[in-house]
Amino acid sequence: MKYALFTGCAAKGACPELYQSAVKVAQILGIELEELKSAACCGAGVMKEGDPDLSLAINARTFAQAEEKGLPVMTICGTCQGVLSSANKNLKEDVPTRERINAMLAPDGIAYRGTTEVKHLLWVLIQDVGLDKLRHAVKRSLAGLRVAPFYGCYILRPSKDLGFDDPNDPTSLEKLITALGGERIDYSGRIKCCGFPLILEKESMALAMGGGNTAEAKREGADCMVTPCPLCHMSLDIYQERAERQLGERLDMPIFHLPQLVGLALGLSEKDLGLSHHLVSVDAALRKLGPQT
Amino acid sequence: MRATFAIQKFNPEIDARPHLEEYRLDVAWRGNTVLDALFQIKHQLDGSLTFRASCRSAICGSCPMVINGRERLACQTLIADEIDRSGRIEVKPLRQLRVVKDLVVEMDPFWSKVNAITPWLTPKREAAFVRHARGEIGEVMIPQNVHQTFYNVDACILCGACVSACNSLDVSPGFLGPAALAKAYRFVADPREGERRERLERLTREDGIWDCVRCNFCVEVCPKDVQPMEAIIRLRREAIREGLTDHPGATHITAFMDIVRREGRLNEARMPLAMVWPNLFRMLKILPLGLKMFVKGKVPSFFQRPIKGIREIRRLFRLRETFK
Ligand code: SF4
Ligand code: SF4
Ligand code: FES
Repeated sequence: MKYALFTGCAAKGACPELYQSAVKVAQILGIELEELKSAACCGAGVMKEGDPDLSLAINARTFAQAEEKGLPVMTICGTCQGVLSSANKNLKEDVPTRERINAMLAPDGIAYRGTTEVKHLLWVLIQDVGLDKLRHAVKRSLAGLRVAPFYGCYILRPSKDLGFDDPNDPTSLEKLITALGGERIDYSGRIKCCGFPLILEKESMALAMGGGNTAEAKREGADCMVTPCPLCHMSLDIYQERAERQLGERLDMPIFHLPQLVGLALGLSEKDLGLSHHLVSVDAALRKLGPQT
Repeated sequence: MRATFAIQKFNPEIDARPHLEEYRLDVAWRGNTVLDALFQIKHQLDGSLTFRASCRSAICGSCPMVINGRERLACQTLIADEIDRSGRIEVKPLRQLRVVKDLVVEMDPFWSKVNAITPWLTPKREAAFVRHARGEIGEVMIPQNVHQTFYNVDACILCGACVSACNSLDVSPGFLGPAALAKAYRFVADPREGERRERLERLTREDGIWDCVRCNFCVEVCPKDVQPMEAIIRLRREAIREGLTDHPGATHITAFMDIVRREGRLNEARMPLAMVWPNLFRMLKILPLGLKMFVKGKVPSFFQRPIKGIREIRRLFRLRETFK
């Protein structure tokens, strides 16, 4: 199990705890990683708004780097996964587009042949590591912890490009939570939008989305939420206090990155998982867990 | 095949709130649709069940509803598929719109938004008509390859499924919404249109193209593959090309691209600053959160080193600039 790791910008910027916990968890589970150090930003759907071909070319360059190593790509960001899945599908299936993009890359001696696979850590955990192995690796069961899964848009939609989970009724996070011993919370917000793309432009709308979904999870009894996307994490964690003010309601909801929740169950320490980086304290959720065995 | 249907019923003259009612029926054929079942229920079990339908073949746009949690046309949804996937069938009316009775919603707010974007061509006279050699006036037709640049937006059957699913509308009811904005794109892209700039100016105001959160829900649910979000993205690009950049939405795109051009990846310290620069008041407003993030080690260095191979990225940017 070896992958070329595409970290994305957030894990190297505002969410260092994501990078750190993903690397630790991969190590324990035997997922070998080779970081794509010279890969550029996926564009987060924003570059595509400005210039679709430029965005495709930059991503084709990344795919070509992995192709050269002969490795599939692993992402740790739902937004990166969505953008890369769409770009890759386009480049693989639409030959004239691939040729047009390769012509842009040719002066630097880069060509993408269309053979790279791109997978999110969540999919790797379920498909390649497997829930059984994960279950056996648990050192500190999440029993008693009520976890609300929050997928975020890009890892689910457009489903014709992603093709892993059912976008209306996804199950992978739920299966994972259960395998780690936790209790999963069911609520309608689990597949909705965190609001992040509007957070710098129209904060009130973004907070209504992120805060609204968090409030629903709380009403349904969640002790914490888990997300495979650092942009969702920023929206739900960093902006939670502002959402509370707008909603006029206490939320106090710890938000975990996917590898942090897995890492907790694998017995990694708070320090290993970088939990002190969060703006909302995760202590209340940790107190629900049993002692480490 | 015996199937159970849970259908939301609500008669505002009698009921305090909507409730789910269960109906069990024998579905004669695997190819039957949810709409077939609704007719069967109405004819055999409950004559009061109210819903809209007409063409029964995914053309008229009358029958969108929320089936097993997602917006779909009832006449296009096979019972067998739903049973296979979910084991049951739950039918509710569209969201975001007031329920008139059972599965029928008030469509007026939907139509008024479509009307608000002026859903007809407003060409300069000479662009719309030609005088033929023999003197009679004829229409200017647009060639196939130009029509292709509308993508699929002409295929919209105005069903409202996308509007029901829209995350932005959910929190901001005034938002023009996916269907109307997709239609707006069609007229902006039409080479005969005479008021392109005026249209873009109106669309970049409050409740317009910049309020879409790019959640892809509209793309996912549209029964005609109109991809409203992609139309909105093209409208944003057109607005920037037209020089309508005095909007945080436009700044977001230009600042983002500028940072990637310089460094190869996003710098989350500089991005918010680029958005509020040089407005001192707005800078002060983001300061408290910035400080909290700093304390938690969430603010990367302002001066991160560019990625390896940044020259390749910069060359690509330069290449595209020559196209513009
Ligand atoms: S864009 Fe699609 S979902 Fe929206 S109204 Fe038109 S056909 Fe219906
Ligand atoms: S992508 Fe935009 S228009 Fe489409 S559903 Fe989401 S917010 Fe609404
Ligand atoms: S009845 Fe016309 S679209 Fe379904």
